[in-house]
Amino acid sequence: MNIAILGLQGAVTEHISATRRAMEKLGLKGDVTWAKSRSDIKESDGVILPGGESTTISRLIEKNGLKEALMEKPIFGTCAGMILLAKQGDDQVAQTGQTLLGRMDIQVNRNAFGRQRESFQSDITFEPDAPAFLREKPFAGVFIRAPCIETTWGDVRILARLDGRIIAAEQGNCIATAFHPELTDDTRVHEYFLQKVAKRL
Amino acid sequence: MQTGTDTVKKGFASMQKGGVIMDVTSAEQAKMAEAAGAIAVMVLERVPADIRAAGGIARMADPARIKAVMAAVTIPVMAKARIGHFAEAQVLQNIGVDMVDESEVLSVADEERHIDKRAFTVPFVCGARNLGEALRRINEGAAMIRTKGEPGTGDVCQAVRHLRIMNREIAELVKMYPTLIAKKAEELRVPIELVEKVRELGRLPVVNFAAGGIATPSDASMLMQLGADGVFVGSGIFKSNIPESYAKAIVEATNQFDQPDVIARVSENLGEPMKGMERPDVRMQERGN
Repeated sequence: MNIAILGLQGAVTEHISATRRAMEKLGLKGDVTWAKSRSDIKESDGVILPGGESTTISRLIEKNGLKEALMEKPIFGTCAGMILLAKQGDDQVAQTGQTLLGRMDIQVNRNAFGRQRESFQSDITFEPDAPAFLREKPFAGVFIRAPCIETTWGDVRILARLDGRIIAAEQGNCIATAFHPELTDDTRVHEYFLQKVAKRL
Repeated sequence: MQTGTDTVKKGFASMQKGGVIMDVTSAEQAKMAEAAGAIAVMVLERVPADIRAAGGIARMADPARIKAVMAAVTIPVMAKARIGHFAEAQVLQNIGVDMVDESEVLSVADEERHIDKRAFTVPFVCGARNLGEALRRINEGAAMIRTKGEPGTGDVCQAVRHLRIMNREIAELVKMYPTLIAKKAEELRVPIELVEKVRELGRLPVVNFAAGGIATPSDASMLMQLGADGVFVGSGIFKSNIPESYAKAIVEATNQFDQPDVIARVSENLGEPMKGMERPDVRMQERGN
């Protein structure tokens, strides 16, 4: 298995190490690569879009011609990565003119939780119909200038909510979280993504 | 729900990696920086080159100016407080800036001590010329370090010098005989646990950007190749002939720092970089150590 961490900008090394730990836990053999080019992405079995600034990352995706390659792969997006997975943004997203990949039937609210002053940590409980291993204990959620999902449609499954806001969801082979599992020791969301990727192999 | 934790502060810094943080003095400049792909903007009354030219005491920017920038862009907004000036930092936290830079670009407010950054919920970035300065700032609560250069000169030499010193000192520490660590910690004036952490990681335990004197795409590429996690560009953009082109080119160069063909392409027909100066009278880098 080859997992590519899109390494244009943001918390890339954190995802590399979290994915390696998740692979080890699942007993999967594979590589985790720092992906910058179209071929890095094409050669991978799944891609992680890290947190960072979605405006910057989306500009660099376009500049480097990576969009097409990203349309075909299973993707796990955290924070900025979740914004990029969405079909629709909000006024802020429109203001910055960033292009979204549109892989998930979700509308996101960028910086829904406010500025850095409002960034927070909070325990998350996954929804009753989420996979059992995600529900067995609370997940330590780290939210940094975090977005949320405003609405979903199609066959999107909501995985977690916090104070009524949707903070994690999945659709087909994509997973989006508003929080940063890569900044904690808990690799369960990474494991869930790797399981999705493994199913296709 | 907890705000202002160490994880949240350092996590914010992690999200900046691979990016360019640009100095701006107005909402218009901030919008231009955002459109060029800046990861964040730093609001000042004047860019460092103009601070040098103006002389006098350099202070925190007017809160109204900072708020105007915050209203104009969606990317994070940072602002500078004088070294040791905790009241300026309190004002910046109150306005709601995303990060405070306790900066040598401004005049020094307290010659004896830096701001106690653990007392704040807003994350701080601080400058450092060597491992000791970096670890002392981290021990005071800095969530991010930027290797100091000589601000406002357009001369990358000092930023290179300090990044190389930092790299060398970390490499020496990693190889150091274990019984010498306690003495080293004492010499650096930081807890031994912090020194052990650097040994374990082989790098600083927080994000480390390069700053001071960066004026061209190649400058950014060089510092990234030397191990910087990202770059701050002060005067280099708005003191160049065509700021918009320079901003875009430096963003791309920082991102594709190890691809000389990309650096070559983005460096073409950029026009005049900032003029710069080789030996400034005021050495800002010596402030706060």
